[in-house]
Amino acid sequence: MADPPRILRVNGDRRPVRSAPGRPLLEVLREELDLTGTKYGCGEGECGACTVLVAGLPVRSCQVRLGEVGDRDVTTVEGLARDGALSPVQRAFLEVGAFQCGFCTPGMLVAATALLRAHPSPSRAEAADALEGNLCRCGGYGRILAAVARAAELAREEGREP
Amino acid sequence: MIVDDYRPPRPWDRTPVRERGYFDLLGPGVVAVVAGRPAAPPGAGGWHPPTGGAWIHVGEEGIVTAFTGKVEVGQGTHAALIRAVALDLGVPARSVRLVMGDTDLCPWDLGTFGSRSMPDALPPLRAAARALREEIDRRPGRSDRPSDLGARVRGLRTILELPPAAEGEPAPPPPPGPAATVADDPTVVTGARRYGSDLRPDGVLEGRVLRAPTYGARLDSVDTAPARALPGVVVVEEDGFVGVAADDRRDAAAALEAIRARWTAVPAPDEAGIEEYLRTHPLDGDHWDAAAEADGDLPAAWDRSAVRLTATYRTDYIAHVPLEPRAAVARWDGNRLSVWLGTQTPFRARDDVARGLGIPVDDVRIRVPPTGAGFGGKHGGAVALEAARLARAAGRPVRVRYSREEEFRFGYLRPLSLVDVRAGADAAGALTAWEFENVNGGAAALGSPYRSRAHRLENRLARSPLPQGSYRSLAAVANNFAREGAIDELAVLLGRDPVAFRAANLDDLRLRRVLETAAARAGWDRPLGGDGRGRGIAIGREKDGRIATVAEVTVAPDRRVRVDRIVTVFEAGRVVDPDRLARQVEGATVMGLGGALFESIAFDPGAIRNPHLARYRVPRFSDLPEIVVELLDLPDQAPAGGGETPIIAVAPAIANALYAAGGVRLRRLPLLPTGRLPRPPAGPSGPG
Repeated sequence: MADPPRILRVNGDRRPVRSAPGRPLLEVLREELDLTGTKYGCGEGECGACTVLVAGLPVRSCQVRLGEVGDRDVTTVEGLARDGALSPVQRAFLEVGAFQCGFCTPGMLVAATALLRAHPSPSRAEAADALEGNLCRCGGYGRILAAVARAAELAREEGREP
Repeated sequence: MIVDDYRPPRPWDRTPVRERGYFDLLGPGVVAVVAGRPAAPPGAGGWHPPTGGAWIHVGEEGIVTAFTGKVEVGQGTHAALIRAVALDLGVPARSVRLVMGDTDLCPWDLGTFGSRSMPDALPPLRAAARALREEIDRRPGRSDRPSDLGARVRGLRTILELPPAAEGEPAPPPPPGPAATVADDPTVVTGARRYGSDLRPDGVLEGRVLRAPTYGARLDSVDTAPARALPGVVVVEEDGFVGVAADDRRDAAAALEAIRARWTAVPAPDEAGIEEYLRTHPLDGDHWDAAAEADGDLPAAWDRSAVRLTATYRTDYIAHVPLEPRAAVARWDGNRLSVWLGTQTPFRARDDVARGLGIPVDDVRIRVPPTGAGFGGKHGGAVALEAARLARAAGRPVRVRYSREEEFRFGYLRPLSLVDVRAGADAAGALTAWEFENVNGGAAALGSPYRSRAHRLENRLARSPLPQGSYRSLAAVANNFAREGAIDELAVLLGRDPVAFRAANLDDLRLRRVLETAAARAGWDRPLGGDGRGRGIAIGREKDGRIATVAEVTVAPDRRVRVDRIVTVFEAGRVVDPDRLARQVEGATVMGLGGALFESIAFDPGAIRNPHLARYRVPRFSDLPEIVVELLDLPDQAPAGGGETPIIAVAPAIANALYAAGGVRLRRLPLLPTGRLPRPPAGPSGPG
């Protein structure tokens, strides 16, 4: 804890952090910044519950070290809503009921957001492929794919970023 | 929630009704308290465990607060129960809140398992809601709006004490309107929802626990001095427990590393020896899951058999893998303990913790925060006790969060199950003899829904060398896999259609209807086009629900298998919340795919070899077949639980489809550990 604070750009804020550069981003987010929406599910990059965006790309935050992030923007599930308004992806998940226990949901939302920003109208197979690394142990995959399709629709209708 | 700062002197379930602080907590109004009831003897409809009743408060603001000892771990009963209370009270669902699983405030409950949430919690909650409605209607209306309950209970401190609710439904509920829809909590998509592993009270320390290298190993000696020498580290060594706590999880991990321990392993079999071990190591003494039953003249039944089958079906040990590993946060306030714990059995956890610590039950409070699923894997309070021991010594709150590896290794597994089946049928296609023995798996769904001239059933308990326990539907997957496979084998031996053969041997008309609906829905009578395709069906009756699943598979020339479509028809009495029930069926289908196709615990003596998601495969998006779900609603029947039964026909339906498609009869779960279907045996013993 002797390191001087560095700045981590998270959800549009500049947050001073004291964690060592080798610490996994997941721990920095959860333990130091209290951004607990990002979940620990396995610690080995296999479940996707810890998915966040770094410079807009989805990464497993348990596999990324703080020092690797540098000054790139990090977006967690807490950063998906804008000015208190839920994003199209968040609203679509609620509308479809695309969760049971909800523990995988933050990672799914982030991964789906990244997908739709890159490919606004993915096919079902493309969406499944993009989300392949995210596990839902409650087995809600069908609804999650339906929610992704619905989110694409909402974003198009509203002319909003997903 | 409202209850965070309130703690009664004693848990309400252990306090006389009139002395409970309902109005201290919730303000003036009317409370209806439905008493619990003792266990009823097993009989028609199965098992009737004791229940703790229910209570509901209606306050001056018109807010309805209901309490149940059941918990929500993702199965949707929170929403379904709110809907039921709102309908009976005639209020919008949004004005009803439900407190679940808080052992200081909620009615005692045995636990959220066995698909008992609807059968246990619905009748007393509905009885309380209906009594409140009547009581309020008796009072002069100070409001024109019938739904404006608040004004009509102003200034009251009335407690209605009601007798235990009978099993089943008190009466049909009013038809649901739009107001009965229970919205999902938006915090599930914002990241604001705090699960147990997210909670962090002020001053909390991170706890880690010394674990045995192999299951059941004895701790011979331990030297904790090197850990005690580290700054800021609390070490606890008591009653065979060794653990550490520190400000930071890494410091705690380093302290744990510094501890020197010597263990002696207990003898245990490896994978090759497991079947013989289980068959030769019976569990002695009485056990709740022991079962043996026989009826009819078996030798005579065998004499009438035109075809005979002898086969052993096996299911491997598998893990629940809830996405959130176990977690607990313990905080002491003087002599009194609070633990936030993701558990399916908060009241049992309360007992476990009190006993483990040697303190009165009244001083232990378990609260169940949002929990990242359970599937039967989060019974008891082991992690709560670990956190409580550390917090007691540290004088600060402590949280213990299992790593994924700990969750695999120090939870428990679904039992490995061996089912020996001997069965026969006569030339007319009627079952004659039915002998069915499960070794180590369990008694759930041991009983057959099929008529036979004579039968013998037994569940033989064994001493499992790996920790085992509850799992979604318990042994019903293993027993149904064996039974529905054997039935299919008999149909093949007789040259009969699997649907017609089943229907001809069923007396249960509800199950027949489910079977026939599924066959029609799947287009059973139309041939599947394409090479290597096959279709299989399986049915089952469990927890008073009826299920039929049709699976369609394709076996490629290289013997890789794809499950193309799964059609499930489920009937569980009256449907309370169609959307949440559908989610359960869809989810159980996907979970069932994992155990059917590839999930398996690999082990060396006493140690799991694949306690990681990289080596223990669970279903992913790419495994998802087309899933068709049809719910049959029986408005005149009490609602049965729906979380478990939809899993029990998935594996046998796929196994039967693989036989139809690829000519190979697989009698072991997982069916495809290598991902490929073996080639059929050559020669006349192969299927025609």
